[in-house]
Amino acid sequence: MSRIKDAFDKKKAFIPFITGGDPSLEVTKSLLLAMQDAGADLIEVGIPFSDPIAEGPVIQEADERALTGGCTTDKLFDAMKEIKEEMQIPRVFMTYINAIYTYGVERFMKRCVECGMCGVIVPDMPYEEKEELAGMCRKYGVELVSLIAPTSHERIAMIAKEAEGFLYCVSSLGVTGVRSKITTDIGKMIGQVRKVTDIPCAVGFGIATPEQAKEMAEISDGVIVGSAIVKIIAEHGEECVPYVEEYVRGMKEAILSISG
Amino acid sequence: MGSKGRFGRYGGQFVPETLMNAVNELEEAYEKYKNDPEFNRELDELLRNYAGRPSLLYEAKKMSKDLGGAKIYLKREDLNHTGSHKINNVLGQVLLAKKMGKTRVIAETGAGQHGVATATAAALMDMECEIYMGKEDTERQALNVFRMELLGAKVHPVTTGTMTLKDAVNETMREWASRMDDTLYVLGSVMGPHPFPTIVRDFQKIIGKEIKEQLLEKEGRLPDAVIACVGGGSNAMGAFYEFIPHKEVQLIGCEAAGLGVDTEKHAATIARGTEGIFHGMKSLFCQNEDGQIAPVYSISAGLDYPGIGPEHAMLAAQDRAKYVPITDSEAVEAFEYLSRTEGIIPAVESSHAVAYAMKLAPTMSKNQIIVINISGRGDKDVAAIARYRGVEIYE
Repeated sequence: MSRIKDAFDKKKAFIPFITGGDPSLEVTKSLLLAMQDAGADLIEVGIPFSDPIAEGPVIQEADERALTGGCTTDKLFDAMKEIKEEMQIPRVFMTYINAIYTYGVERFMKRCVECGMCGVIVPDMPYEEKEELAGMCRKYGVELVSLIAPTSHERIAMIAKEAEGFLYCVSSLGVTGVRSKITTDIGKMIGQVRKVTDIPCAVGFGIATPEQAKEMAEISDGVIVGSAIVKIIAEHGEECVPYVEEYVRGMKEAILSISG
Repeated sequence: MGSKGRFGRYGGQFVPETLMNAVNELEEAYEKYKNDPEFNRELDELLRNYAGRPSLLYEAKKMSKDLGGAKIYLKREDLNHTGSHKINNVLGQVLLAKKMGKTRVIAETGAGQHGVATATAAALMDMECEIYMGKEDTERQALNVFRMELLGAKVHPVTTGTMTLKDAVNETMREWASRMDDTLYVLGSVMGPHPFPTIVRDFQKIIGKEIKEQLLEKEGRLPDAVIACVGGGSNAMGAFYEFIPHKEVQLIGCEAAGLGVDTEKHAATIARGTEGIFHGMKSLFCQNEDGQIAPVYSISAGLDYPGIGPEHAMLAAQDRAKYVPITDSEAVEAFEYLSRTEGIIPAVESSHAVAYAMKLAPTMSKNQIIVINISGRGDKDVAAIARYRGVEIYE
């Protein structure tokens, strides 16, 4: 199984996010393969949830499309398993705690391993509650990715010390979604992380353009892009794969231009 | 550092990292002010001279006689300013927000009672106020929307998801996560992440405290049963809390069974829910096997919520409180029954509690006592009940 750290191995990582099952599981599989070809270093796959409180409208609508289309946690696991052998880059799930809790934490982690998923990102499970999953994550070797936010302040060191895989640095207050400008001092946030650990730091929330990606990659170890990609999927539906591939290639090139 | 705010296995603080300092800040402020004499003096003043506390404990003699069993008392939370128990919690939380230096409050609302109460307290205490309400509820409770606007609040109809209370909670949390510096989320029930279930319960426990004092004065004894409706569960928690150590007092929560718990159209969380983690808390939720939160249904917008406060989940697990489902038709009958029998029009939410009392009282003896918490008044529901009976009236 590839590890999250492979994504950051001597390079700045480009990390695209898509919602599993949007618009269909067939397209999800094609998207993963195409994004890998286009240079993605790590892929975040969202398990759709009825009430994604950390998401803006773009991803929330993707969740609704996926659920209406009949995507379930089991079907998404199956789809990940079907392309497991063709994927060389690591994949992680992004979902809400209830999806994992109701599935059964141990059963969930077992299936992650079986389907080649190497980590989970759970936006509504803060540091104080992470023991809900951490024990089973350790048992099955599934990395539990932590998040830090512009409001984290003195919490950053506490979270970073125990972080696994990479640290997801939330660039802005509020929910996911494209923003014209990122005003948070990401460099300062990452500086606080660096005092306690050398874990890779990837920035997400609000990044859409190659210029933003480049700017964020200059001060971090990687860039996460969700809503901008999900928008392309919403626009082109079943025909979205080449458009997403082209977008990912452009973003990766922008990041490569600074990696040197 | 471990999980905070647990009630047995339930509760906790399951919110995005962005909100963690906000909930911690609220917890610290609450710990600081809850025993502060000045804060309590101000709150007491507001409760007495603005909300109209203590509310009456009224002996429903005609109802008791008609049902031919236990003696029935009604705790008249409907007589509070703004017409429900919601004002108790809101005066506490908005005062706390003010002490914290916040200038803006936001809240979710289902039936509109919590929204109206929040808008009222915000007007009184010079706070900016924005209310999130499911679009479907803004239509069911149009009068309350207008009331909130009269009070100076901005009402946002929520068009995501099922367009009801749970979606209003989602949107209020999203809004809070985008602006917590000057804003407090005034949560309306004993739910959500710690410290909300504790704060809301503490501000509502005055209901049970008064019931105890008033009944001791009238009857020289405690009640045999306290009955209250349960959506998120704030009026019930408020009525129950004082009696939890008194094991001889039966505590009964009435859930919205809508068209019946064997249909898909209900909001009976304890009867049909399963354990999950949502809206910041581990509790019981109406959900499918994949953990997708179910669209719930009740004639009462205030009970139309797919979860229940974590302390109720614990009381149910411990068998300390009993939870019973009441259908729309039983609630509507009780609504009409109390109106005709005692000349009191209860909220359709509270009518769920009245409906169960109508079943229970005849099975009890004349020297036993039931207290029903009439959590709100029914003015807001008159048009909905008329529609239920096939009569179109203009509000």
